Amino acid sequence: MSIWEYANPVKFIRTTDKILPWVSIAAVVCLVGGLVWGFFFTPADYRQGSTVKIFYLHVPSALMAINAWMMMLVASLIWIVRRHHVSALAARAAAPVGAVMTLIALATGALWGQPMWGTWWAWDPRLTSFLILFLFYLGYMALWSAIENDDTAADLTSILCLVGSVFALLSRYAVNFWNQGLHQGASMSLDAEENVADVFWYPALVCIAGFVLLFIALVFLRTQTEIRARRARALLARERAA
Amino acid sequence: MMPELGKYAGVVLSSYAVSIGLIAVLVGASILRARKVRAELERIEERIKRGD
Repeated sequence: MSIWEYANPVKFIRTTDKILPWVSIAAVVCLVGGLVWGFFFTPADYRQGSTVKIFYLHVPSALMAINAWMMMLVASLIWIVRRHHVSALAARAAAPVGAVMTLIALATGALWGQPMWGTWWAWDPRLTSFLILFLFYLGYMALWSAIENDDTAADLTSILCLVGSVFALLSRYAVNFWNQGLHQGASMSLDAEENVADVFWYPALVCIAGFVLLFIALVFLRTQTEIRARRARALLARERAA
Repeated sequence: MMPELGKYAGVVLSSYAVSIGLIAVLVGASILRARKVRAELERIEERIKRGD
């Protein structure tokens, strides 16, 4: 058995149909469980006060904003190299999910920044690269919608995705590249000497699991939809040509 | 039951409202489009099968 079997649209839909309900249930359990745990059952931080509760939304959404683009990059590369339609459609399906994750990260960051930094926004390397990443998501979705031919759209959006990957990486490592700006380094890291306290760490991990599972469930569902929409367009085109 | 959010209650509650709202819209829109496209494809396939 090879992973390329799933490049067959029928096989992809059949397999994801079986997995989707379980991933969706797990996503709801982790998201609701993690957010309720973080919001109701964790203390306020001695420096940040109750704004620390924004952390359970901001960190997972920022993580998914970057990783969604990375998933789109892998799918786009598969399209460029192997011309599998499912991979191009999976990248298309992931874009709105990644855009919403980026928007949540930007909004919660601004809401946290106002009381903590005294400003909603600063042209800080990480904040700015995140805003550019959001604009790349919008551009990517607009490009897919603007081109009628699916293969041409997949080609051009794959190139755009390769270019945007620079900003996805910058938004992750901007703090390390430019040691300036308001945004602090990673709050959660496996190798960091000083990490967040366990009382915040565990509910945050559950929230991250929830966001990852939500992303997977939505990408499965939306890819199935894109496959069906593509088939419908192909059938209509064949009907018109006959 | 409600935790003591103090002077930051506004920003904390806004963060949760905005995030949950955006996720709900994304999930709702994805499910609605999935149903619509599925029904549309079934309709086209049925029509082709009948040879209309």
